[in-house]
Amino acid sequence: MPKLTINGIEVEVERGTTVLEAARFLGLPIPTLCHDDGLTPYGACRLCLVEVTNGPRSKLQAACTLPADDGLVVQTHSARVERARQLLLELYVATTPQSKTIQDLASRYGVTRVRLTPEFEDCIQCGKCVRICREQMMAGAIGFAYRGNRRKVMAPFRPQSDICRQCGACMYICPVCELRCHGAEAETTLCSGCLNFAPACLDYHDHAMCFLDPCVACELAGPLRQDLVWPAVKPPESPK
Amino acid sequence: MPRLQSLEDLEARRAACVGARDPAKPCLALCAGSGCTASGAPEVLEALRESLKRAGLEETVELKSTGCHGFCEKGPVMLTWPEGTFYNQVAARDAKEIVASVSNGRRPVERLLYRDPTSGERVQREEDVPFYRFQQRVLFGNNGRIDPKNIDDYLGVGGYAALGKALTGSTPEQVVDWVKRAGLRGRGGAGFPTGKKWEVMRAQPATPKYLICNADEGDPGAFMDRSLLEGNPHSVIEGMIIGAFALGAREGYIYVRAEYPLAVEHFRVALAQAEECGLLGESILGSGLDFRIRLVQGAGAFVCGEETALIASIEGHVGEPLPRPPFPAQKGLWGKPTVINNVKTWASVPVIVNRGPEWYAAIGTTGSKGTMVFSLVGKINNTGLVEVPMGITLREMIYKIGGGIPNGRALKAVQIGGPSGGCIPASLIDLPIDYEALTEAGSMMGSGGMVVMDETNCMVDVARYFMEFLEEESCGKCFPCRKGTQRMREILTRISQGQGAEDDLKLLEDLGWMVRETSLCGLGQTAPNPVLTTLRYFRDEYLAHVRERRCPAKVCKQLITYSIEPTLCDGCHACVHVCTTEAILGEKKAAHTIDAAKCIKCGACLEVCQPKAVLVT
Repeated sequence: MPKLTINGIEVEVERGTTVLEAARFLGLPIPTLCHDDGLTPYGACRLCLVEVTNGPRSKLQAACTLPADDGLVVQTHSARVERARQLLLELYVATTPQSKTIQDLASRYGVTRVRLTPEFEDCIQCGKCVRICREQMMAGAIGFAYRGNRRKVMAPFRPQSDICRQCGACMYICPVCELRCHGAEAETTLCSGCLNFAPACLDYHDHAMCFLDPCVACELAGPLRQDLVWPAVKPPESPK
Repeated sequence: MPRLQSLEDLEARRAACVGARDPAKPCLALCAGSGCTASGAPEVLEALRESLKRAGLEETVELKSTGCHGFCEKGPVMLTWPEGTFYNQVAARDAKEIVASVSNGRRPVERLLYRDPTSGERVQREEDVPFYRFQQRVLFGNNGRIDPKNIDDYLGVGGYAALGKALTGSTPEQVVDWVKRAGLRGRGGAGFPTGKKWEVMRAQPATPKYLICNADEGDPGAFMDRSLLEGNPHSVIEGMIIGAFALGAREGYIYVRAEYPLAVEHFRVALAQAEECGLLGESILGSGLDFRIRLVQGAGAFVCGEETALIASIEGHVGEPLPRPPFPAQKGLWGKPTVINNVKTWASVPVIVNRGPEWYAAIGTTGSKGTMVFSLVGKINNTGLVEVPMGITLREMIYKIGGGIPNGRALKAVQIGGPSGGCIPASLIDLPIDYEALTEAGSMMGSGGMVVMDETNCMVDVARYFMEFLEEESCGKCFPCRKGTQRMREILTRISQGQGAEDDLKLLEDLGWMVRETSLCGLGQTAPNPVLTTLRYFRDEYLAHVRERRCPAKVCKQLITYSIEPTLCDGCHACVHVCTTEAILGEKKAAHTIDAAKCIKCGACLEVCQPKAVLVT
């Protein structure tokens, strides 16, 4: 069994495990957009980058496709990783500011400015839909066409594929269009609304569970909450 | 043609090839490489054939069309053997004179000899021409001697001797050890030690094993691999057979881009001949080694030069790279161990086996051994293909071999390593050309493109041009390369249009750093090099664009204006005739003016103006 070091912690994992799985096993949060446990690793979103040290040299590698190997020395949150991740997320927000997933990641990883003009693209080409269609739905109805900037997901040669069963798996798994963010500000392109100011708290929603730990808003905002709540996600009047 | 069953057969065949060739028999070897073909070699060949026929010399004088000799600037070029006389800029009308000189006591045709631009003297022999004198042509030396479509020519210059030596006198382990001791590093760009790659692949238990020759040379202005495949395809085949012996492979592939029809044709012919002779196929030279090579043509994607994308393309998938590890040497073509090397790397193998690893390792520097082939292009007097020992300085390359910069202009920068190489400033002209020194300077060896730039090149424009190329050629799989190259190109375009801000430079640096650090494959990881190196060495030029809205090299069209100096203009009307947008006004014999609203800044007037009255500001 390969033994590797992640953030100074020695961990022994089964052969065939990726560094991402090993890190998550240790409870280390690593952001991803193109990874899904049920799909083949793809390594395209590059958010799961970790710093791998090999002797005097170190480089950034995608954790989702990196096999856990003997003697690997991995840093998941080094300064270099953090900087790369922030710049990547800045570019992500500028590309798709209307995605809640991306806005949430941006605020979680401390992106405070976006210096690029927003593009409002609908697809980040993570390839999750293409993979779920082929690997889980056994259809292969959609794939990538064209190259570079013009690359897009589509059915071969025509808009509707004959083998598409319209199961909706592609829509279900899409990390970008599943949740829309309406709070992106015109000047900054950043939202930060939900994550920092308006969590789905128990006292607002009877049946909902709060997943935020610690919940910044509940702990810190306290009496100011009503002022800080983003208008688009303003909760109903809380019962007294 | 009988199959060669053993080493003795091979040597007998070689002896017959050498014996059949009278060393004193005159031979005219005309370069029919792509460069010379473009400048008229086919007509010259026809004219030479015709003249020989007329003179009744068809039998006594041999006429060969060979691969690239390297000196493309002076094409079509030719050599006459056995003297080694070098003729340049030969035209069809010179054929009669050349043929006459052969029958006429072989006195060279004086006016077709190369004229040394400094001394003004004619140079007769190829090796005395400065362009060739400072080269060490280990891989390309035979290009001027052999007909690439004739295996006997290759055998005649000692071809397949290394194969015989490897198959009969050594073990596979020994061959790997030779390559390792020779210090050969991958010539495709990254410079990974070839012997180490071979060792990793040999250690894999999985079978079958595959070999691939990467001939997907896509860099703008680079033609090294092309010229080797066109001019000496058997050297590549021989290297691959030796590789098959050393690595236990039974099948090999060569991936050539479809844009190289001549290379494909010559390689096909060479493959067929090698198979006919039994140098490919079953039990090569009776050794029990089975090996075949298949030729696959690329479909026009630059990224398919990246090894994992190339393998995907051979397998019939979209040419997109895969993450490494696993490396192809562990899990490559069809999931099996695969060694993938560049054309020049394979061609270096027979040289190492023939001459010994010590001989090879004696060439070059501590970390970079052997010779490297560059295509020297751009603002340089002697455009062409040069093969030099590693460690030669840029100064020697540009001024001794390249003959300096035309029109007496000053050198500004050299861009090395293809579109994603970096620009090295003139101040680093004494930099030795080896893998480490170039990486240190922010550039890379790459596959050997070398673009020379002078003071009329705007570095912002250069960076923008290469970023445009890379954006176009990015496969789009990974996010930073797809969007990062697009954003960098947008910012560079903005700056070159005079709409940039000083903050843009920091943004470019950030984006460049991020794309380099986070991209999936070599294309993205090197794509920011032109931007980052120009920002590092030519920051003042960027600042002139963003602060003063001025292009110092007067290239960026939005930042320059054309005007006519009335005191110099003689009113000759020449500019009026060439101006396509009718922007130049004025009567004949009176000073003209340019209507800035109509002017498209094409520079046509500047070129025709005799009194130099057209000003660019």
